[in-house]
Amino acid sequence: MNHLISLSDVVFEYPREEAAPLRVLNHLDLTVEQGEFLAILGQNGSGKSTLAKLLNAILTPTGGVCTVCGFDTAQEENLYEIRSRVGMVFQNPDNQLVANVVEEDVAFALENMGVDPKEIRRRVDQALKQVEMYEFRQHAPHQLSGGQKQRVAIAGVLAMEPECIVLDEPTAMLDPRGRREVLNTVRQLNQEKGTTVVLITHYMDEACQAGRVVVMDQGQIALNGTPKEVFSQVNTIRSLGLDLPQVTELCWRLRQAGVPLPEGILTEPECLDALCKLLGGGVK
Amino acid sequence: MLNNFTLGQFFPGQSVIHRLDPRSKLVCTVLYLVLLFVVNTWIGFAICAVYMAVVIVVSKIPVSNVLRGVKPILPIMAVTAVLNLFFIDGTRILDWGIVHISWEGIVFAIKMMIRLAILIVGTSMLTYTTSPIALTDGMEKGLRPLQKIHLPVHEVTMMMSIALRFIPTLVEETDKIMSAQKARGADFESGGLIHRAKALVPILIPLFISAFRRAEELALAMECRCYRGGEGRTRLRQLRYGWRDGIAYLSMVLLFALCIALNFLLPNI
Repeated sequence: MNHLISLSDVVFEYPREEAAPLRVLNHLDLTVEQGEFLAILGQNGSGKSTLAKLLNAILTPTGGVCTVCGFDTAQEENLYEIRSRVGMVFQNPDNQLVANVVEEDVAFALENMGVDPKEIRRRVDQALKQVEMYEFRQHAPHQLSGGQKQRVAIAGVLAMEPECIVLDEPTAMLDPRGRREVLNTVRQLNQEKGTTVVLITHYMDEACQAGRVVVMDQGQIALNGTPKEVFSQVNTIRSLGLDLPQVTELCWRLRQAGVPLPEGILTEPECLDALCKLLGGGVK
Repeated sequence: MLNNFTLGQFFPGQSVIHRLDPRSKLVCTVLYLVLLFVVNTWIGFAICAVYMAVVIVVSKIPVSNVLRGVKPILPIMAVTAVLNLFFIDGTRILDWGIVHISWEGIVFAIKMMIRLAILIVGTSMLTYTTSPIALTDGMEKGLRPLQKIHLPVHEVTMMMSIALRFIPTLVEETDKIMSAQKARGADFESGGLIHRAKALVPILIPLFISAFRRAEELALAMECRCYRGGEGRTRLRQLRYGWRDGIAYLSMVLLFALCIALNFLLPNI
């Protein structure tokens, strides 16, 4: 029972005036393990952003228990313990940068935690190097591109040296290049530093890069497994209002048309390989 | 409009004045302003002016820039001078019904004009040589003692620095909203003053709404990064006094002493 984060039987309801409370999470069970890369998919309104906010005690469950590193998020005195262990990156890069200079923004959390200035300097430099924004440390946020701002936001969270980073649709407002930058950064963190990543997204190709995918629907978990397992359930995915990754879609259609391709192809190289094998015994 | 957007009138540079601790600059500027109202002798004004001239030369700010800063307040100076001219009584040199001008009035009016001119130059030197960020830093650190009497120093400086951070963002947003409204046929360029003011409403309302939304998200993001007010907070950038600051304070104290001494010793010059 040493999960990094565990939600058991969690219910969350938003109170409404003159109406029954709106139930967003409906008896949900989920665990996040140390060092994993978990992607959460779901339509708008499936409760995925609410789930994210439960993970660092911005919201507390109206029913059930949510524990982070052994701390119960419902208990007020655990608040800062939890928030320094689970960092959060939001969708809009502009609205989460606080300071006028990149390095000071990265330092913001550490300043709040009362860390010694020398240690702040060390951790800020380290975090900026990790997201490859070190040479921009003296820039003002408005001089940066969307992808760069988002990487600064990630650095700001990394500086806290958290166990886990939760990213709530971090690439939704970025151009393709910015998306690639941010996603590469996240993947690197997970692989090289072993930081646990929970990525909430509605891009299927981003979810494919995760180690595990959870698909949410109406406040519950509809599918849970490796990307291969999840995306091979074509009909379920479709019925949940989601698309398949482009490559998987192509392979699925080819299979429907009678081409004998294997199931669970997610990436372009995999697809290329399979097609080559089919056409001429592995010739490239 | 957006790429070369600079805030306030900061004039970047590497001079001794630029590198002074913002606290020293703030304190010295305040002392200087007080001094200007204490000084009452011509020679005192001359010394104050020379002091400021030295500051300008050392800071390498172009003199034309400094003078341009004085221009907008010329009307205010004129009005103040005229008022002083008429309302100060003394040896009358002109009697004209209820209007009379006295010798003392003329002297006072001229002194007031000099005072205001140097005052404006002095305060704009502060903003020319100190970036807004350094200025807020200086205020937070320099005013900290006031927290003991329950003035919300940290909160105010935090608000100032967030405002500074979001000005470019909101300017950009205004641009976008204006383009969007123009694309739908809004007209901001023609018509009288009232017409144009009315045309601004469809820009301001979306701007305000988005500003509120941003504020909410920012507050959330700050909470996520363990923000809980000023207590127990440390800073990445530490302000440290150096030898330059010693010299700045010393020169200001000497200037102060000299001018007060002149007030007593040579009150008529």
